[in-house]
Amino acid sequence: MKKTRIRVLVGKPGLDGHDRGAKVIARALRDAGMEVIYSGLHQTPEQLVEAAIQEDVDLIGVSVLSGAHMTIFPRIKELLKEQNAKDILLMGGGTIPEEDIATLIENGSVEALFTPGATTTEIVSWIEEKLSLSKGDVV
Amino acid sequence: MNKETLDQWIERLFDQDRRATAKLISWVEDDIERAYIMRSVLKQTGHRMVVGITGPPGSGKSSLVEALTKLYRDNDERVGIVAVDPSSPYSGGAILGDRIRMQAHGTDRNVFIRSMGTRGHLGGVTRSTADIVRLLEGAGYGRLLLETVGVGQSELEIMQIADTVVVVLNPGAGDGIQAIKAGIMEVADIFVINKSDLPGAERMKGDIEMMLNLSCGKTWRPPVVLTSVTDNKGLELLYDKIEAHQAYLLESGQRDQQRKERLHQEVWRLWEDKALDAFEIMWEATSGKLVNIDQEDPYEVAQRLWQERFKGG
Repeated sequence: MKKTRIRVLVGKPGLDGHDRGAKVIARALRDAGMEVIYSGLHQTPEQLVEAAIQEDVDLIGVSVLSGAHMTIFPRIKELLKEQNAKDILLMGGGTIPEEDIATLIENGSVEALFTPGATTTEIVSWIEEKLSLSKGDVV
Repeated sequence: MNKETLDQWIERLFDQDRRATAKLISWVEDDIERAYIMRSVLKQTGHRMVVGITGPPGSGKSSLVEALTKLYRDNDERVGIVAVDPSSPYSGGAILGDRIRMQAHGTDRNVFIRSMGTRGHLGGVTRSTADIVRLLEGAGYGRLLLETVGVGQSELEIMQIADTVVVVLNPGAGDGIQAIKAGIMEVADIFVINKSDLPGAERMKGDIEMMLNLSCGKTWRPPVVLTSVTDNKGLELLYDKIEAHQAYLLESGQRDQQRKERLHQEVWRLWEDKALDAFEIMWEATSGKLVNIDQEDPYEVAQRLWQERFKGG
C-alpha cells in the first residue's frame, strides 16, 4: 500500500528552551519532502505521544539538551507501547554522552540518536532508509 | 487491505478510537480506499455544523481556535479540529505548526487536532479537508473547527466546507477600500478583528460596518466582533455569534439549501480529482516530446494531445 508522505513529529520535551536544533531539523525534513508537525517547547512525553497518535506520524524526533534523556526517551517509548503505537519510531538529538547512547539504543528506548556534528543529510537518509524498510508493516 | 479489515478500522472510528481515527484520516488524505471509507462514514455524518476560521497569516486563527475549544470544553462538548498549513511547492514537505498554539488541549482525550499540508491544493484548504472533517464527526467530535492556511484575498474554498465562516483580520491592515473589495470580505458570516488591543480596531470595525451597510438583500448581517486573545476579550461574544449564525441557518432553511448545493459541489470536486489524475498522465507524456522549443507552441501541443486522448473536442 502506497504511503505518499512521511510524517514526523518534532518536539522539545522538558524545560530546556533551546529549540534552534529542533527547528533546523524540522526545516531539513521539510526540504526533504516530509510533513513535519512542530509541537513547540516544553512538551511532556504524554503530550508528544498524544500528538503523534492524532497526527498519525511515522516517527517522533525529540531534542533533549537538558540532561534528562535517560528519563524522557524510555518514558516516550513506554507511552507508545501503552497506546498500542509501537510502530511509531523514535529518534533523538542533543548533548548525550556516548555511554548513555549505547544504553538507550541497547534497551530499545530509542531507534537512533544524533549528537552535535551530525549532518542533516545523515539524519534524512536514516529516516528514509528506516521507513522504507518498515513501511510494509505500518499499514 | 481487504474490505473486512477496513470495515474493522471504520468500526473502531465510530467507537471513538483515536488511533483508528488518525489512520483513516491518513488513508483518505493519501487517497487509499478513500471512496470506500467515505461512503461508509458519510452515511452517518453530516449533521454537525462546521465553523471555518480563515484570515491572513499571523492574524491569530490558531489562538482563536484554541480559545473557542476551551469554551466548548467548558460545556463538556467534544471538539475536532483540522488545521491546514502550506506545503512547499519545491519539496512537497511542510512545517505544520498550528498545534503550538493549542497546547492547553494537548492531552485532552475529548479534543482531536489534525494538521494537514495543502499538498499543492490552492483555495486555503486541501483536497480532502471536507472528508476529514466528517471523519472527525464520525469519531464523535460534535464541534468541528476548521482552520485554513493563512489566506490573502481569494482563497475561498472554506465557504464550500464551513457552515459558518469566520474571517479574522487585524487592526491596521489596509484602509477602507480593502473592506469593499471582492473576495474574502464577501464570504464572512462573522468578522473578527483580533489583536483589537492594538490601535485602529474601532476604525476598522467602522470600515467593515460601512461596507455591510451597502450589502442589501441579505437576511444575515455579519456581526463584527472585536477580540483579543491575549487579554481574553470578546471571545464569549464570538462564541455567541457563532451560535446565533447556526441558529439562523436552521431557522431560515438555508442549512438544507446549503447541504444540497454542497453535495453538488462535492461531485464537481471528485470529477476534478479524476480529471487532474488524467492530466497528470498526459502531462508526463508530454515532457519528452517538447524537444524543439523554437517550433513548438503550447496551443498546438495542447490541442493535439487533447485530441489524442479524448478523440475529438
